[in-house]
Amino acid sequence: MRNLVIEPTSKTPKVILNADLGVFEITGRSIPEDAIGFYRRVLDWIEEYSKSPLTETVFKFQLEYFNTSSSKCLLDIFRKLERMHKNGHKVVIRWHYDADDEDMAETGQDYQALLDVPFELVPV
Amino acid sequence: MSMTYSYYKNMQLNNIIFVYQGEVTADLVSSILQMVENKLEGEGEDRKVKKRVFNVMVECLQNVYHHLDALPPTDASSSVRDKTALLMIGREERDYYIITGNHVLNDRIPDLKARLDRINRATKEELKQLYQEILTGTGFSEKGTAGLGMIDIARKSGQKLGYDFHPVNDKYSFFSLEARVSRIPEK
Repeated sequence: MRNLVIEPTSKTPKVILNADLGVFEITGRSIPEDAIGFYRRVLDWIEEYSKSPLTETVFKFQLEYFNTSSSKCLLDIFRKLERMHKNGHKVVIRWHYDADDEDMAETGQDYQALLDVPFELVPV
Repeated sequence: MSMTYSYYKNMQLNNIIFVYQGEVTADLVSSILQMVENKLEGEGEDRKVKKRVFNVMVECLQNVYHHLDALPPTDASSSVRDKTALLMIGREERDYYIITGNHVLNDRIPDLKARLDRINRATKEELKQLYQEILTGTGFSEKGTAGLGMIDIARKSGQKLGYDFHPVNDKYSFFSLEARVSRIPEK
């Protein structure tokens, strides 16, 4: 399938979804007014990918900031990954955060508690 | 021109670092965020405090952007609705404060007030719970926001939200919201 790369802007993160290299990343800041509009492509891509994923999918998230409308979209992404996991595929979500950013650590823990998929907190 | 100095003194007295009155667009929100972020950066504010202020600012500004009720045109010959609002950021000795002001339809006041009171009554743990309930609940509101903004503001602020509804006429009121972020890092 085609790779999806979205370059970052001051309000949207960098997205790399590359099934050839096995790279799945969303990094930067995610504070768009229209988060649904931004994440639609990402969700569509993951939906398509989940039909025949690699033997292992490690999805990296490293967000400096995100707004509340993005938080719902992130949950939608996690839910898709969760479904892949439940369907027997190997999936790991890695939530990278600035080691002294307690808020971002807590947000990661909140998501972790809501999900039934390997979800690792990675302080950097 | 004689007013200029009194505006200046007034802003200084109230520790205002930024104030804007006018139409709120997505581009404007970007510009303000950029400017205030640079300012916080330049003044060497604590990183954690800076992040919280930025977060609260994003939610407050986008809240106004999504939810203000535009006033009908004042001039009968015009079709342009008045989408202006007030955005203000200040820094006091202990707190940063972020104030927004915009028109809302009077019909919306009871609901808004109930939500704000509920948030202000909630403990830290209850806010977290409320946030998760809405996050995992059903879909977005029709305006594309998750209804999470105010809860997130309250969680990041850690203080009660200040608010006021100032009657304008039989249809509209001016809604102001104040969020504070402590400059004193915890622990």
